[in-house]
Amino acid sequence: MSKIVKLKKGFDLKLVGKAPMELIQVTAANTFAIKPTDFPGIQRPKVLVNEGDTVKAGTPILLDKAMDQVIYAAPVSGEVVEIKRGEKRKLLEIKILADSSVTYENAGALDLGQDRASLAGKLAASGVWPAIIQRPFGIVANPADSPKAIFVSGFDTHPLAPEVSFLLQGEERYFQAGIDALAKLTPGKVHVNVDGGKQVPAIFSGIKNAQVNQFSGPHPAGNVGTQIHHLDPINKGDIVWTVSPQGVVQIGKFVLEGIYDASKIIALTGSEMNQKGYVKTYTGANVATFLGGVAQPETLRIISGNVLTGEKIEKDGYLGFYHNQVTVIPEGKYEEFLGWLKPSASKLSFHKAIGMFSFLKSGEFKVDTNTHGEERPFVVSGVFEKVMPMDILPTYLFKAIVTEDFDEMEELGLYEVIEEDVALCEFVDPSKNELQELVRHGIELLMYN
Amino acid sequence: MKLLQNLFDGIKPNFEKGGKWEKFHTLYEGHRTIAFAPDLITKSKGAQIKDATDLKRVMITVVIAMIPALLFGILNIGHQHFLATGAEGTFLDKAIFGALSVLPILIVSYAVGLATEFTFCVIRNHPISEGYLVTGMLIALVMPPFIPLWQVALATIFAVVIGKEVFGGTGMNILNVAMTARAFLYFAYPAQISGDQVWTYLGEKTAVDGFSGATALGVAYNSSVEGTPVVEALSTHNAALGADFSFMSMFMGWIPGSIGETSTLMALIGAVILVATGVASWKIIVGGFGGAYAMGLVMNAFAVNEYMAMPAQYHLVMGGLAFGVIFMATDPVSAAQTELGKWIYGILIGVLTVIIRVTNPAYPEGIMLAVLFMNVVAPLIDHYVVKANKTRRLQRATV
Repeated sequence: MSKIVKLKKGFDLKLVGKAPMELIQVTAANTFAIKPTDFPGIQRPKVLVNEGDTVKAGTPILLDKAMDQVIYAAPVSGEVVEIKRGEKRKLLEIKILADSSVTYENAGALDLGQDRASLAGKLAASGVWPAIIQRPFGIVANPADSPKAIFVSGFDTHPLAPEVSFLLQGEERYFQAGIDALAKLTPGKVHVNVDGGKQVPAIFSGIKNAQVNQFSGPHPAGNVGTQIHHLDPINKGDIVWTVSPQGVVQIGKFVLEGIYDASKIIALTGSEMNQKGYVKTYTGANVATFLGGVAQPETLRIISGNVLTGEKIEKDGYLGFYHNQVTVIPEGKYEEFLGWLKPSASKLSFHKAIGMFSFLKSGEFKVDTNTHGEERPFVVSGVFEKVMPMDILPTYLFKAIVTEDFDEMEELGLYEVIEEDVALCEFVDPSKNELQELVRHGIELLMYN
Repeated sequence: MKLLQNLFDGIKPNFEKGGKWEKFHTLYEGHRTIAFAPDLITKSKGAQIKDATDLKRVMITVVIAMIPALLFGILNIGHQHFLATGAEGTFLDKAIFGALSVLPILIVSYAVGLATEFTFCVIRNHPISEGYLVTGMLIALVMPPFIPLWQVALATIFAVVIGKEVFGGTGMNILNVAMTARAFLYFAYPAQISGDQVWTYLGEKTAVDGFSGATALGVAYNSSVEGTPVVEALSTHNAALGADFSFMSMFMGWIPGSIGETSTLMALIGAVILVATGVASWKIIVGGFGGAYAMGLVMNAFAVNEYMAMPAQYHLVMGGLAFGVIFMATDPVSAAQTELGKWIYGILIGVLTVIIRVTNPAYPEGIMLAVLFMNVVAPLIDHYVVKANKTRRLQRATV
């Protein structure tokens, strides 16, 4: 039984700088990096290679000693050129200089007839496994767990997000194979959720072994957390898994061909991005060549991911493991005379407070990284509740985390949310609190206590 | 603006760590961020962009919503004075007279309140919060027009310190700060804030024949004691002077009362601004008016005296109900914070106001105590709404 869910709460951020739906040619990236910091659940990362080693795509280069059956693999073949560490020898990046053509470790096609445990074990050892995320907590899934359902969000409602059907073009066969494999891993259902406001892309409409649900409404309708809440919510003790559509394709490629193919299409977006469009690259790509011709990068914010949940990277930084988008917007380091009072229709705001006329404007907004105000204590204006399409009381949840009240955190729904689910709250908050960081802090309290 | 920026930059070293006024750093930041929205940028992780609205803009929206009530209050004070003394006064005369009475109160409220806030910010090394922009205006608007200024100052200090700072400052208080100020005066100096004599300034002059300085609520209560129908008493009050308490004149606000509270119309204009901008909860406002009206009807049904028999809609335009429900009850910090809780909270404020007015002779105006009482009860209401949410979450079925 597929479900149709219509959501009202939320907010679509319409920004300048959408990528046109075409593949563009840019100089290919030649270095790639795996960053343990992209995986919030990693506790004791261990590097499996040394500088100077040569690796193939799919060669294990990293694991977490706390869950050592899952390996993190090289996305491309080449030479390990640097293992970058920070303060207290914290592992930051494992950089690989890519060969001109990628060669793969080949494990041979995977037989889906085998039992669940050995199937999970083979996927965990292949490099494709970190694409599978566990909820609660938003961490890499444990192959030993048996999730009650698996969720794939087939559309992305984040600002300037890539069109998922464009990312998956030509991958139909692999996507189906990935779904078939996932269906073996859960006793429950695999849910593929599509945008109810649009024609369902062919890649999803004919899918087998999965239930296709339709969601419509403003962002965060496309967030998998929102979808889980309305389909099969997470209660204490429950485990569900989520996989991005590109992750499903990677799993499918391993099933059919026995390789870890980390290639993916990403979108180059943002008002200051010179060449907007889609490019084909690999997980962890160096973004320098994508930024071709961007003037004065020091006055710009280069973001791996989107503007709500992404991460600032340097102009020669690396794409995050789960990201499929690079956004470039101006930095906002300026003072504005009476900026808090000046009427404006061109500044993006969810609010309609005096002088904020952006709700009258129908076009796209140009944004920068200015916070438009200082941090303040929570003043409960009810605004979080307007952008949270779940039966969760965000204000109370945040307060429970601030006061580190474990019972309250559990009962108020911390098992159901990760950073991206509260990103919109963080954006609209007139008190400018760091709510995504707060939610991760709460999750860590629950995980490690 | 470069000039002003340079000026700030010039004095900045004094306020930095090691500077001679290091302790007053928060005051420097506070003033600079009023002149210029700060040059802060988002952190490297998390939301990379933020909404263009900040707390300052939210607060100034409330202040702007109160300006119609302030301006009307200024005019009305002049109007009441000329009415009472029987002298002829032009529009300008009345406005000037009113301004001379109101502006000192407003200035004292802001100056004393901000000084208290700044002191605490410096001691605690907190950033200066915008909350007092609203509180300062609210305190002035709920004062009788001729209250001694030292009482305004004392009430302001009491409200800011005991009402807010002891709880940790903006966002942490339990009671509405401005209502705390008024309640303080009410119980500490009842002579200057209640009765028939405090609402209209006569000065050297004597009142004209037949003038009574009572408020509508006072008239209603007295008529009930005397056993005459309230509507009749209201419509004959000062009728010879052409200043009766008809429904319409009470709605417009040409009646004696605290500076900003007399005009229901002006409060409603404020309500439109607050609701259209999304700053105040319409649920509390509608709940407040609805609760008062419904309780008025209940009183009618069981009427044993004339006050109880007064038409319910009169409650909505008398005294400070409209002002209190629209500007006081909606204070997001001290109100209920859950959506269902806001309905309950608003409705109960209306209900309690009417009960206090009609049944308790000691407090002619019920809205003040109703708001304060519901401020105290709001967390309890929220507790049960939150508990319902938790239970619902525990019980939900899976597909």
